[in-house]
Order: sequence, then structure tokens, then C-alpha cells
Amino acid sequence: MTTTAGEAGVGRSDDVRDKRIVPRRNWGEWILAALLMLGVGGFALLVASSPNVAWSAIGEYLFDPTIIEGIKLTLLFTVLAMVISIVAGVVIAMMRLSSNPVLSGFASVYIWFFRGTPLLVQIIFWFNIQLFIPSIDIGPIHLETNTLISAFTAALLALSLNETAYMAEIVRGGLLAVDKGQSEAATALGYTPFQTLTRVVLPQALRVIIPPVGNQTISMLKTTSLVSVVAAQDLLTRVQNIYAKNFLIIELLLVASIWYLVMTTVASLVQGWIERRLGQSESEPPRLWRAFRRLSAAMGSKG
Amino acid sequence: MSAMPTPASTPEPSRSKAAGPMVEAIGVRKSFGAVEVLSGIDMTILPREVVCLLGPSGSGKSTLLRCINHLEKLSGGRILVDGELIGYRERGDRLHELGSAELARQRRDIGMVFQRFNLFPHLDVVGNITQAPMLIKGESRAEATRRAHELLEIVDLAGKANAYPHQLSGGQQQRVAIARALAMRPKLMLFDEPTSALDPELVGEVLAVMKRLALEGMTMLVVTHEMGFAREVADRVIFMDRGVVVEQGTAADVIARPRHDRTKAFLKRVL
Repeated sequence: MTTTAGEAGVGRSDDVRDKRIVPRRNWGEWILAALLMLGVGGFALLVASSPNVAWSAIGEYLFDPTIIEGIKLTLLFTVLAMVISIVAGVVIAMMRLSSNPVLSGFASVYIWFFRGTPLLVQIIFWFNIQLFIPSIDIGPIHLETNTLISAFTAALLALSLNETAYMAEIVRGGLLAVDKGQSEAATALGYTPFQTLTRVVLPQALRVIIPPVGNQTISMLKTTSLVSVVAAQDLLTRVQNIYAKNFLIIELLLVASIWYLVMTTVASLVQGWIERRLGQSESEPPRLWRAFRRLSAAMGSKG
Repeated sequence: MSAMPTPASTPEPSRSKAAGPMVEAIGVRKSFGAVEVLSGIDMTILPREVVCLLGPSGSGKSTLLRCINHLEKLSGGRILVDGELIGYRERGDRLHELGSAELARQRRDIGMVFQRFNLFPHLDVVGNITQAPMLIKGESRAEATRRAHELLEIVDLAGKANAYPHQLSGGQQQRVAIARALAMRPKLMLFDEPTSALDPELVGEVLAVMKRLALEGMTMLVVTHEMGFAREVADRVIFMDRGVVVEQGTAADVIARPRHDRTKAFLKRVL
């Protein structure tokens, strides 16, 4: 491009345009990054070269049948606790929103108590319930609490009851997020309160409820490890049992960590997928819900 | 019931049981806490009549409307729709509130259109219209869907059957809401300021549908600020202020020759 004398003022544009632009280096960040790499690398080297870690043991135990059994139980605890707490959470949330002071009061106290005491304490408490309820007698039926409440049931009870309190608050938030005009419109059309809830309010609340439920599920995968205090045979219990015998403590904790990371990563991917589906359409129902509705409609038409 | 419904007609409105009034309000009172919103309302609406409720905001028009399908509980008096006591069962000298199933049954026959449409955002237009008949009246999906298309024809939205509410303008949403109410074949339609939330250019299309409905013989009670609609369509207007009926009569009489100062003052503001 040439400039004529007539275009005064832009005459210098050629030299200006050709100069390279050098972004400002943030030297502080670079130094920090270098130090960080040095520190992490050094620590990795230290661990890897440690004569006290038997690396081969990790591979050896990673797919050990006992470990796999533990993983199954951890997944079972997670799924059961989440299912129970979602159902119970809906009930507690509705009691909390009830106009009856006894019902809403009970729900408030429930949430206050189970969120306010450590889960670890609740697990140990349920495991030791026979200390103050030795047996349950209903008429001729006599049940020893000890046989009724095994480590498994105590652990599941504690996880579910505790999670219910959090779930109730999540569901309550979802129900309150649905405009009041929605239930009014349904009521005016002649829906019963139950129909209004299941056909109009809950499907809309689901959009708000599903993301935090995903977070809770991922968190639950790790929280189940607490039940190892009552030896409930989850992944951590199994790992502890093994290292109690062979003293490969670090190695087996690494095995457990690898599996927890695998489970939470998979769960996070699933959650991300569900949330992308939810986000796709602002006002259309979540596909999950539509699929469920289609399923139940199909089952209803057969019945 | 018509065996062969023609697409452009509003199906069988006002199938009243008795020849008596469609709505009868007797000494209706309603308080919210210490505030009395309705202070003894007497009102009669005949089958096939179109009545507009006028009055300043806070005069109790919407509350009265919401009492008719028991969205609000009464504090006193009683309301009968087509001869049936609404919301309560008379036992001795007391009125006992009905259970939710009985209330739902009574509300089926009373259509209501809200100021803010309140369409179900998770259902498409046909879903909005068909859910209630299928769920409550046990109509088959095919039957309910066929009827939904008929009703969409009536409200001039034949092409929007599978749109979702958020894809529609306010005027279109309100017309879907009218179709949704009509799908239950109500004998009475309540309109609670149906055009107040609309952009001015969209008011006309909703009023046109309501006018068509009125001409078909639907019994309608309309809370509105649209004086033009009241003058043109209403058989009668009722003017309310501070929880009482101030005056009523034909639209021409009340709007053109108001007798009470309160009516005059109100009309001076809105006309």
C-alpha cells in the first residue's frame, strides 16, 4: 500500500503498522509456576523413589476380589442411600412446607438435628442402638435389635437419615422455585393436590433439583467411607482389613484412592451429561423426566 | 353433547342443570387477617350472561372471582354455582369445608383464565390443553388431542399445536390458556384481568376470542379494565369499590350514566 502526499496524517501508517506487538510478560506468575513444578516434581520423585513404597503391590491389589467386593458395597451404599433420601427428602420437604405447625415443626427439627450432628457420630450411634433398645417386642413378635441392626443396616440407616436432611432442603428449594400461579392454574382446572404436585410442580422443580442432587451423589461416594468405623465392608473397610495384616498401608490407601477417583470421575461425567441435557432447552422438560413419563404411561396402558 | 362437533364452534357451553342462576353470591365476606376485602357481596349471574366486574384496584374484584371456584376460602356468606354450594357442605347450622377431591370435582366445571396466563412451561400447547381432560375426565389421548386441535382453531392458533409456551407471545399464551380452560367443557368461565399483562397491541386478539366465546353463549364473569369490551360485549356490568357492590346495570347505563360518585370518579380516571 502506498500513501500519496494528499493523504496527510496517515503518511506514517506504514511504519506504525509493521511494528511487532509484545505482550507484557507477567514474570511473577512465571516464577511461581516454575517453583510449583519444582516442588510437585520433587515430591513425586521422593514418593516414587521411596524404598518404603512397594509399587508392585498397587497393581497386585487393584483388582483383588476383596477390593472389588468392597467397591460393589460402596456403590450399593451410595445408590440405596441416595434413593431412600430422595424419597424421604420429598416427604420431609413437603412437611416443611405444610401449614400444619406440627408437621412443619417436625421437619424443621429433623433437618436441624441431622444436619447439626456429625455423620460419624450418627453412624456409631445407630451401630450401638441395642444399648438402649435391646429388643423390639410387638405382641408375640420378639426381635433382638442386635440381629436386626447389623453393621450394614446401621451404616445404611445413618447415611440415609443424614442425607435425607440435605435432600429435603434441596427439594424444598426446588418446590419454592415453581411459580405459585402454576399450582393455582392446576387447582382451578380441577387437579387434586396430589395431581398438582406430580404433574405440574415436581416436573418443573426437577430442573432446579437435579444439579445439586448430582453433587450430593458424588459427595456420597466418598462419604460412604465413614461407615468403615463400624466395619461395614465397604471399600475402605476392605482396604483396612488387608493392610492390618500385611502393613502395606500407603499402597492400599492408594488403591482405595484410585478407585474413589474412578467412581467420582465417572459420576461427574454422568452429571455433566445430564446437566447439558437439562440446559439444552430452557423451558422444555428434562429428557430424563419425559423418558420416565413415557415409561410410566406405557406401563399404565398395559395394566 | 353434539355428536359431530364442527371445528369452529365452541362446544356446548352453559349446560345448566336448573333454570336458576348460574352464580349466586349471598352476603359474601372475605378477610385477610384484619383487612376485610369483601364486605357482604350479593350478586347473581344468569346462564349465558356476560358480566364485567369493574372497580379500582384493591376493590376486591379478583378476590370475589377467586372465591367462586374456592381458590379463596370465604369468611362469611355463601356462593352457589348452578345451584350447588361451592366449597362447603351444609350440616345443621354450620358450613363444613369440603375435602380436596370434592373441591376438585366442583372446580372442573368452572374455567378460569389468569392475568399471568400460568401455562405449564414443561408441556407444549397440546399438552397444556389435553392434560386436564385426560387426567381428570379420563378422556383418551386421541379424543383429547382431537378436541385440542378444535379448540386451537377457535382461538386462532391452529399452527401452534406443538410450540412451547416460552415460544409464544403473551397474547398467544393467553389464548392457549382460554383453550385449556375450555377443554374441560366448563359451564362458567372466570376471567381475572385477562389482558392486563399484555402489550397493548396484543390485547385485541384476546378480547376477540372472548367476544366470540360470549356470542356462543358461554356464561362469563370478567374482571377487566377494558371499558370498550365491557360496553360492547357485557350484558351487565357490576361496579365494586372497597369490598361492596356500588352499582350495577347494563353497560350503557353504568358507564355512560353512572349514578354514584365513586363510579363517576373511577370512570373519569379510566376513560
